[in-house]
Amino acid sequence: MNLDFSQIVPYIPFMLKGIWTTIQFVIVSIIVGSILGTVLALFKIGTIKPLRWFADAYTSIFRGTPLILQLMIIYYSVPQLTGYDINAFTSAVLAFGLNSSAYISEIIRAGIQAVDKGQMEAAQALGIPYRAMMKDIILPQALKNILPALMNEFITLTKESAIVSTIGYLDLMRRAQVVGSDLFRNFEPLLFVGLIYWCMVMGLTVLGRMFERRLKLSD
Amino acid sequence: MINVQNLYKKFGSNLVLNDISATIKQGEVVSIIGPSGSGKSTFLRCLNLLETPTSGTILINGMDLTAKGADLHKSRQQIGMVFQHFHLFPHLTVLENLTYAPVKVKGLKRSDANDKARLLLAKVGLSDKAAAYPSSLSGGQKQRVAIARALAMEPALLLFDEPTSALDPEMVKEVLDVMKDLAKSGMTMVVVTHEMGFAREVADRVIFLDHGSLVEEGAPAAFFDNPQTDRAKAFLEKVL
Repeated sequence: MNLDFSQIVPYIPFMLKGIWTTIQFVIVSIIVGSILGTVLALFKIGTIKPLRWFADAYTSIFRGTPLILQLMIIYYSVPQLTGYDINAFTSAVLAFGLNSSAYISEIIRAGIQAVDKGQMEAAQALGIPYRAMMKDIILPQALKNILPALMNEFITLTKESAIVSTIGYLDLMRRAQVVGSDLFRNFEPLLFVGLIYWCMVMGLTVLGRMFERRLKLSD
Repeated sequence: MINVQNLYKKFGSNLVLNDISATIKQGEVVSIIGPSGSGKSTFLRCLNLLETPTSGTILINGMDLTAKGADLHKSRQQIGMVFQHFHLFPHLTVLENLTYAPVKVKGLKRSDANDKARLLLAKVGLSDKAAAYPSSLSGGQKQRVAIARALAMEPALLLFDEPTSALDPEMVKEVLDVMKDLAKSGMTMVVVTHEMGFAREVADRVIFLDHGSLVEEGAPAAFFDNPQTDRAKAFLEKVL
């Protein structure tokens, strides 16, 4: 065993900066994915057939191809097709947001369908319009059902975010590689960022548990 | 007030309601009874279009619910419904359950809606439960909240779909008492029920359905003591 962590010490601030770069793009991707996923889920349970087809086709494409391929296609094809020089951050957010919205839409659809049908009937009987019923009655209850699955998706997204290192986005993973090639030692920086990823996921898990407990107040 | 003409309802090829016509007057309490599977609940659910009739017309205060382009939300606001399984909104407090629709749908001010909700809760004897969540209530309490929630919209008509069937026996009375008070106050009510005592004592009229057809109707005393049809006789022999 030839481990020497002292050599990476000067590089630690450089690697720690990667936490913020990673978090930044994970948060934006989660927001994009959640909004888009909710809309797609509403398409899927709605009665308008073309929208349902669209949502199903969308899901099948984004779930049916590798994430890294989608990322590459967005990063390389946008400049080629439109001449717009898309930066790494935007491509990453697009790829991850679009991809996770496919998964999130399935989670939310199942969550909505698991809400007791009587809730919808009670809302209808009170004359509550569809939009208000969805927003205030059905989705809040669905959220409670889907929170564990949703947290799972966010954790996956956080870890998979390392893929963006392949298009040169300076996230945690990329920074570890940079340090590794600078020192000709890869194990220590990789182990170091590995620990950081684990801490981030633990943080997310604790956050999810807290949120779940708050939602359980009404039980 | 309610005028139902030639109502048919099919689920697939299964005829659930077969040519039902009935009139319910303002302030009248009508009990719908019949064996299970006779179409009682389906009939009730047609009255506020939770089920879409296959054919026939339903007029409520002269408004045709079944007409194309009828404003369903508007007409449903006049028709309250109480379900067998309560269907309270579990993520809202009792008070919020009562105020949500009046504020959101009728545009009532929150403070007015709150005052009104508290009055209604007092009426059903649950003033102390305003801040509680439905999950902490007993079945009977839930059903009383559900009745108050329906009343909060000031409906012209209240529909009850087997309101006591999901309750423990000792809780049936508290719900029936609330319903009796309502009936006395002049509320128009249509009640699908297995409580023959309630039908006999409170209802102004009894409608007996069997196999989707309206077989017999009349004043409770006449119906229970002297049923005219064999099917009603057979049914009453089993349940009384």
